[in-house]
Amino acid sequence: MMIGDGTEDEEKWLAAGIAGLQQNAFYMHRALDSNNLRDALKYSAQMLSELRTSKLSPHKYYELYMRAFDELRKLEMFFKEETRRGCSVIDLYELVQHAGNILPRLYLLCTVGSVYIKSKEAPAKDVLKDLVEMCRGIQHPVRGLFLRSYLSQVSRDKLPDIGSEYEGDADTVVDAVEFVIQNFTEMNKLWVRMQHQGPAREKEKREKERSELRDLVGKNLHVLGQIEGVDLDMYKDSVLPRVLEQVVNCKDELAQFYLMDCIIQVFPDDYHLQTLDVLLGACPQLQASVDIKTVLSQLMERLANYAASSSEVLPEFLQVEAFSKLSNAIGKVIEAQPDMPIIGVVTLYSSLLKFSLHVHPDRLDYADQVLGACVKKLSGKGKIEDSKATKQIVALLSAPLEKYNDIVTALKLSNYPRVMEYLDNATNKVMATVIIQSIMKNKTQISTVDKVEALFELIKGLIKDLDGTVDDELDEDDFKEEQNSVARLIQMLYNDDPEEMFKIICTVRKHILAGGAKRLVFTVPPLVFSSLKLVRQLQGREENPFGDEESTTPKKIFQLLNQTIEALISVPAPELALRLYLQCAEGANDSDLEPVAYEFFTQAYILYEEEISDSKAQVTAIHLIIGTLQRMHIFGVENRDTLTHKATGYSAKLLKKPDQCRAVYACSHLFWVCDQENMKDGERVLICLKRALRIANAAQQMSSATRGSTGSVTLFVEILNKYLYFYEKGNSQITSSSIQSLIELITTEMQSESTTSDPATDAFFASTLRYIQFQKQKGGAVGEKYECIKVEL
Amino acid sequence: MIEFKGIVVRHVMQNFIVGAFKPPCNISISFSDGRTRKQVPLKKENGHTVMVPLFQSQENIVGEVLIEPIQGKKLEHNGVKIELLGQIELYFDRGSFYDFTSLVRELEVPGELYEKKTYPFEFSSVEMPHESYNGVNVRLRYILKVTISRNYVSNIVESQDFVVRNYTPLPSINNSIKMEVGIEDCLHIEFEYNKSKYHLKDVILGKIYFLLVRIKIKNMELEIRRRESTGSGPNTYVETETLAKFELMDGGPVRGESIPVRLFLSPYELSPTYRNINNKFSVKYYLNLVLVDEEDRRYFKQQEITVYRLLET
Repeated sequence: MMIGDGTEDEEKWLAAGIAGLQQNAFYMHRALDSNNLRDALKYSAQMLSELRTSKLSPHKYYELYMRAFDELRKLEMFFKEETRRGCSVIDLYELVQHAGNILPRLYLLCTVGSVYIKSKEAPAKDVLKDLVEMCRGIQHPVRGLFLRSYLSQVSRDKLPDIGSEYEGDADTVVDAVEFVIQNFTEMNKLWVRMQHQGPAREKEKREKERSELRDLVGKNLHVLGQIEGVDLDMYKDSVLPRVLEQVVNCKDELAQFYLMDCIIQVFPDDYHLQTLDVLLGACPQLQASVDIKTVLSQLMERLANYAASSSEVLPEFLQVEAFSKLSNAIGKVIEAQPDMPIIGVVTLYSSLLKFSLHVHPDRLDYADQVLGACVKKLSGKGKIEDSKATKQIVALLSAPLEKYNDIVTALKLSNYPRVMEYLDNATNKVMATVIIQSIMKNKTQISTVDKVEALFELIKGLIKDLDGTVDDELDEDDFKEEQNSVARLIQMLYNDDPEEMFKIICTVRKHILAGGAKRLVFTVPPLVFSSLKLVRQLQGREENPFGDEESTTPKKIFQLLNQTIEALISVPAPELALRLYLQCAEGANDSDLEPVAYEFFTQAYILYEEEISDSKAQVTAIHLIIGTLQRMHIFGVENRDTLTHKATGYSAKLLKKPDQCRAVYACSHLFWVCDQENMKDGERVLICLKRALRIANAAQQMSSATRGSTGSVTLFVEILNKYLYFYEKGNSQITSSSIQSLIELITTEMQSESTTSDPATDAFFASTLRYIQFQKQKGGAVGEKYECIKVEL
Repeated sequence: MIEFKGIVVRHVMQNFIVGAFKPPCNISISFSDGRTRKQVPLKKENGHTVMVPLFQSQENIVGEVLIEPIQGKKLEHNGVKIELLGQIELYFDRGSFYDFTSLVRELEVPGELYEKKTYPFEFSSVEMPHESYNGVNVRLRYILKVTISRNYVSNIVESQDFVVRNYTPLPSINNSIKMEVGIEDCLHIEFEYNKSKYHLKDVILGKIYFLLVRIKIKNMELEIRRRESTGSGPNTYVETETLAKFELMDGGPVRGESIPVRLFLSPYELSPTYRNINNKFSVKYYLNLVLVDEEDRRYFKQQEITVYRLLET
């Protein structure tokens, strides 16, 4: 309630202030229009009296001030005209000082002072000096700040700067600087003092208000920065030391932070570079609570950008030994502020690292040195819990990646993983992801075991559970995302040399097997495929003529793979393991390793029998087995028979009739491989198809028994297509008459009332018939073959 | 409104009196250098301000008196004289004039006047040590008074005011005023005014140094105070007026601040300092430095300054 009333009252006071101001401004205008100096002075002083209020917050006061400011511009014009009409500016200068109230008096004095300087009847420096001195009369912080801000405003374009019309024998840029610094100093003192005004309980509010006023103080530094005549020597010898003296001596946290930042922003980079000693020397002298890290970070960021702007400036950096100076300064600041939170420390090192990377990209040792110093500071503090500090560490660690676009460089930084140690598990993972993304983005090739080891050390947060802790809260999607990125990374590890590549695979395997059940499903497949890729690569080569035991052979790889896939069984992930076994079997097939292939199949079958019980999964698995087996060509008759027999047996034992039917007719392909003459057993093909027909029939009957309709004839149409396939491929067991009767069967069934009509099946059948028609019309051998099949469209 | 009515009434009465007792002649006093001599404003008892000639000590006061009897009337008299009077009038003691200067010139021996006649007069190198002054309780004035003495009827008197101002050369010794004052452990200041003697158009320059500030000061002002004391002994009357209130500082300073003082005296109606004028009165000036704290308590220190009249060049 109190606060509410306060702001309401403030609005009222502001409104009253504005009203008073406008009223007097009105009379002032009238006096100006009639060239009545006396009245002009009287009413302008009354108008300015509104600024004597203590009731407004700085924000509202500013509103009032701006209105007065506009009016004073008009008054200044009038004064200028007065002097043209013959009124002496010196008299005017005295006249306005007769005002009894100091605030209006000084506003008027500054206004006339501006005209006085312009008239050049007195050296600018004398007038400026007088004004800045007289303004001491306002000791009230807010009123003083605004008055001096007004002085700064009206004098900006009248400083005796080099090349300015106000420069002269008596007026030099030194006077301009003197004036601005003095005004700055006084304003800063007022600003700092503000915090002690009023009751302690409103401190927070006051600090907020102070913060709103800071630009008034900072503006002086901007003006200084814009004075042409301030060259490096002058900046070094007088401007910077004096400004810093004020900054250090004011002993105020808010002011020191803001002003240091101002200094860094308003003066040119090369000045900073040449005065690093001085600037950095001031840092440890600041209050312990000053956010020095941000200040120094800004400085380093600026310097880094400056370095990046042109290669010509780089020698300057070397010449002044910027890196070691900054490094020392940071050390000193951290020492001087023992209570500095971790985030501060890390931010500082992070900025220094960025600086070093930009300015000395060739000096990796600098970067490592920075990381080392950071580790030293972090040591003994355990994992960092502050989330902001953690973020900073991520930034610190990301910097080399961003700069070099190459993880390999980062892997050379010995202190890099040591810094990562201090991250909590979650962030460690984030950082690991960042590293992987960097590799992906830049397609970095990681091609040696050492690097792989180093890399896995860095990303171990993703590879295994750290400290045995289990993150129950971990989001499943996040986990998948993470592990998928690891999977992608595994694919990126590559070396042309099979020996090295094998070692890489072994290393990766070692790491991922330690990753626990839930990770294996993500990490094993890429490793398997990466290994198979190596196998294919080896196929192109001769077997090692020396039979060196150490050398990498497909056999060895397959052994390794067998063991690797085994790990999935305990996960359990039998379906995935089955797929991988089959994939390996195919690889072994290509490498002409029959026993190995047979072993893989055996494993797959065992899995099928023992682990895969879900009927849907069984269907998928059986089709995969059939498909793979069909492509195998290294098996001898016996092995092949065994495997085929099993596969057919599995097919017939599927739960659902349609599944059975489809698996069985698929099995027909196992007996007929087109490009292999010894693999064409027409009889067994027919057996399979007939069996499929029987099952289809049984399926229909079952459907009619349970649902009252025979269901669709899809299965028959599918079998018809198989018939047509083998007929065309020259299987003599498949006759045109059997096809003919199958077509008739289907046609009859479709016309039967008990059959559910299904547009998809109808279309399928129709296009099958059209195919036959089409083949007929082809003529030649094919046409002849189809001749005897009659089709009614 | 009420006052306005009063003035109107008095005006009417004057006319009535003039109509009833018309004097038998007109007397006018003029100065021979009246055209060129500087005129200054003088506030009369009735509140009107009139312009009168300005003199200083040792000047010759030369002029003519013109007496013009009313047409066709004979004016019988016991002699005509002109007096130059310097008078001190103390208001609390109404009617008590004290002439510290009195010079007489006989213009005419007793006789009769039929027509207008001019009488030149001259007071040479008149000693007029005191300046004209219009204070709260006292007035010092100079007049030329023409008296036509008559038997049995009241004398005919006409007087003309003039103003005397005396100029002082630049003082050979003019020390600054410097002083440290304070309240123990509370407020300690040192102030400095550049001179102790100021002429009327002078400017007071100075500085206030804050050596210790433990109170919350709201503002600081410099006052010019005039202290007029009249009478003597147990009958001394002292009247103090604040002629100027000039704000020097707004807000509270901290230790180490110094605040500039620059006060132009020209806008204020000051007189020079008068010390013990004919044992009747004194007028002294003081600079009063006043600090006001946030509870409106006032802390002040008063310092006498001497004001003098410097010859304008």
